Amino acid sequence: MIPRPRPERFRLRRTMMFLSAQKPGLIKDAYIYGCDSIMLDLEDAVAENQKDAARFSLYHALTTIDYGDTEVIVRINGLDTPHWQEDVRVCVAGGADGIRIAKCESAADVKAVEEATLAAEKEFGVEEGRTLLMAALESPKGILNAYEICAASPRMFGVAISGGDLRKCLQTTPQRDGVDMMAARGQMILAARAAGIQCFDTVFTNLDDQEGFEAEVLQNKAMGFDGKSLINPKQIRFVHQVFAPTEKEIRQAEKIVSAFREQSAAGVGVFTVDGKMIDIAFIPGAERTLKLAKACGMYEGDLI
Amino acid sequence: MQILNPAVAGTLESSDAMVTVEPGKGLSLELKSSVMNTYGRQIKETVFETLKKLGVEDAHVSVIDKGALDCTIKARVECAVFRSCGKSEKDIPWGGVIR
Repeated sequence: MIPRPRPERFRLRRTMMFLSAQKPGLIKDAYIYGCDSIMLDLEDAVAENQKDAARFSLYHALTTIDYGDTEVIVRINGLDTPHWQEDVRVCVAGGADGIRIAKCESAADVKAVEEATLAAEKEFGVEEGRTLLMAALESPKGILNAYEICAASPRMFGVAISGGDLRKCLQTTPQRDGVDMMAARGQMILAARAAGIQCFDTVFTNLDDQEGFEAEVLQNKAMGFDGKSLINPKQIRFVHQVFAPTEKEIRQAEKIVSAFREQSAAGVGVFTVDGKMIDIAFIPGAERTLKLAKACGMYEGDLI
Repeated sequence: MQILNPAVAGTLESSDAMVTVEPGKGLSLELKSSVMNTYGRQIKETVFETLKKLGVEDAHVSVIDKGALDCTIKARVECAVFRSCGKSEKDIPWGGVIR
């Protein structure tokens, strides 16, 4: 069995690529594309009569293939199906880093999965609390309950908005300026930030419309998302480019962090860097920039 | 486990294998593979080893391999056997005989 390091609740997740767990050709070498996370899917990408086969395939992929630094998340079937409990068992037994709850609508949904996860950790002798959770919000009810969902469990690391189902419920279609989901995206980001977890935007499904894809990614970044779900490896590079910090931001962050360390060692709480006031409130943001820069190969210093 | 009914798992897509199990006397294996010369022997070993772990002693198994990795062959054989017993949907012994 391939030992995977303990999952980190907060790590870099710019790109999360969906792959059907039932397709060996896709899952055998998905780590080569360099996305931050892969999302092995037991839900919509797997036909109803192949749910069982997908689990066997998933179990052996998880325990045999070395995905290296790529985070491995599994999307389980909805709580209104007969499949989700066995899905949770196989995820935990196989050592997946996290579970994505499909069509999540309430804190109770998160708690139900959390309970099943804990039971599976006990059953398979996995460290309790190891398996992380995230939720996909796919309905107006899920969006309205976003905060209680985000804050429902210490295992929760993020929420993702899922455009396909949500747009149907909202009676809209993808728009160039994103106005179709503006309110829903905004509400989800607010909830995620209030609960202190990450948030991810939906997939962009028209692979021939590169211009539309790029516009959406730029808007995601501007709105404050941590990353985006993807359906094709060719989408990875652009997202990584957009979510990478600029050279100027990195230098600035470096100055702030090192100045803060010097000043606070000398007992100073507030000071200026290049004419701007800096205090402890700026440090998490600056450290995040340096972390991101390091992951993007743009920073090699030792402040982080 | 006892093979009660014919059952199939897997597809004919690249990197996959289609495994059929049927009731039989003793173990017999019919293998077609796109990489027969290089990996035929290893695939057979994997199939027999998996059947042994599952305690299957009587079965006729046919495998059409399209360049599947060992982990995929195992997954398909196990799924076919569990389907044949009508037990593929829940309470699978992950980490027990499935490993």
